[in-house]
Amino acid sequence: MKSLFALIGGLLVAATAMAQDVGPDVLVKTVTNEVLDIVRKDKDIQSGNTKKAIDLVEIKVLPHFNFTRMTQLAMARDWRIASAAQQKVLTDEFHVLLVRTYAKALTEYKNQTVHFKPFVLKAGETDVRVRTEIKQAGAGKNVELDYWLEKSGAAWKVYDIEVGGISLITNYRESFASEVRNNGIEGLIKSLQAKNKSGEATSVKK
Amino acid sequence: MKTTLPARIKSVAVAIAAVGLLAGCATSGNPKDPIEGFNRAMFAFNEGLDAAIVKPVAKGYEAVLPSPIRTGVTNFFANIEDLFVGVNNLLQGKVPEAFSDLGRVVINSTVGLLGLIDFASDAGLEKHDEDFGQTFGRWGVGNGAYVVIPVFGPRTARDTVGLVLDIAADPVANHNPERTRDLALALRFVNDRANLLPADKVIEEAALDKYSYMRDAYLQRRRNLIHDGNPPREIEADAGSTDHPLTAEAEVIEPRAALVPAAPAMLVARTQPPEAK
Repeated sequence: MKSLFALIGGLLVAATAMAQDVGPDVLVKTVTNEVLDIVRKDKDIQSGNTKKAIDLVEIKVLPHFNFTRMTQLAMARDWRIASAAQQKVLTDEFHVLLVRTYAKALTEYKNQTVHFKPFVLKAGETDVRVRTEIKQAGAGKNVELDYWLEKSGAAWKVYDIEVGGISLITNYRESFASEVRNNGIEGLIKSLQAKNKSGEATSVKK
Repeated sequence: MKTTLPARIKSVAVAIAAVGLLAGCATSGNPKDPIEGFNRAMFAFNEGLDAAIVKPVAKGYEAVLPSPIRTGVTNFFANIEDLFVGVNNLLQGKVPEAFSDLGRVVINSTVGLLGLIDFASDAGLEKHDEDFGQTFGRWGVGNGAYVVIPVFGPRTARDTVGLVLDIAADPVANHNPERTRDLALALRFVNDRANLLPADKVIEEAALDKYSYMRDAYLQRRRNLIHDGNPPREIEADAGSTDHPLTAEAEVIEPRAALVPAAPAMLVARTQPPEAK
């Protein structure tokens, strides 16, 4: 079973044209540059076409994300009280929410440049932070954008993103926990589904 | 004359006192946010104020003024702020950073045409973000309760005290004559808001509950700032790991060298070395 996953993982990496054993810093850099190149040329995304931005994120970025791990991090202790089926639904819904957010951020892109900070991978490390900084072209302060990656098999997967020190994953912890406290796991699933539905409405409107 | 400045401080003090009074009656399950009921009301008030006045003005400002001018405005106020940032770095014992801030002020005030152009950043003198709340945090003062202050927005009890000092030490707020001071304060406020406009939609998209999303983002951000971008990574509370309250996070800053040998292996692995300059 494990080797099957490794095989699927390997195929995914191959499918996204990433050579095996690509370092986490190289991975972040390649994907960032690839995505920004597309956004820079795409007038639709720049003018707020969220649907198109979502497609871009789904194809280019998602293969490198570990959503199960992200959902687990956001759920903290409540992850264990969810059934396997609930975990699956939660992961899928959280996936949609994160993709929407990421896509929305891309539509706000305006000539910023990304600076990749020096990175050294120590031997045997499997859990690393790759630091980047978004340089604003005009007004506004630079924003640090850091990626936490974990090695699974031969591939590195992003499991957390920090913007200016704010983890986009653990930022959900308190609201998830209070939702579960008040309405149980099913309540959290319902509120995520409702949130994603309302997001659909706004992205269609665009 | 600075007649209205003490009044301003007084109004913040009144807000704090009001918070203190309400702390007795409104309670919630979250130990970081014991006066959640009051905070949510203030948050709603601030959101309303933003939607009705601040945001439309900021949008108009953004639409009317070309980007290079807005950059100039941002840089101008950032330059004034750098002096204050330097003082806070000094208070935190970060002498090289304090000198770098002073260097920034010297360069940007002269070559940078009274701060309109940020040459210092191009010259490699990084812009820092410091205030009195962070200085107290560095000294080991904990967050205290989370508070939403009218107009100013999210703070912690510690950062509220910091805010009162920030205002008292703010060169813009102390400027004479009053007319230019008020204009400058308004301009800075609107410009700051305009710089945040792009984040609005992303937050709306991301948040299940905007109040708690903003609260937790604020708390994470402050923690990061106090540690100058290298906070000890929070111990994970994910499936399979031993139970611990999510709030059991040490807010007191320990010297990094002392922290490392004492920390569990997992935490050490996640504590990043200071970034190579």
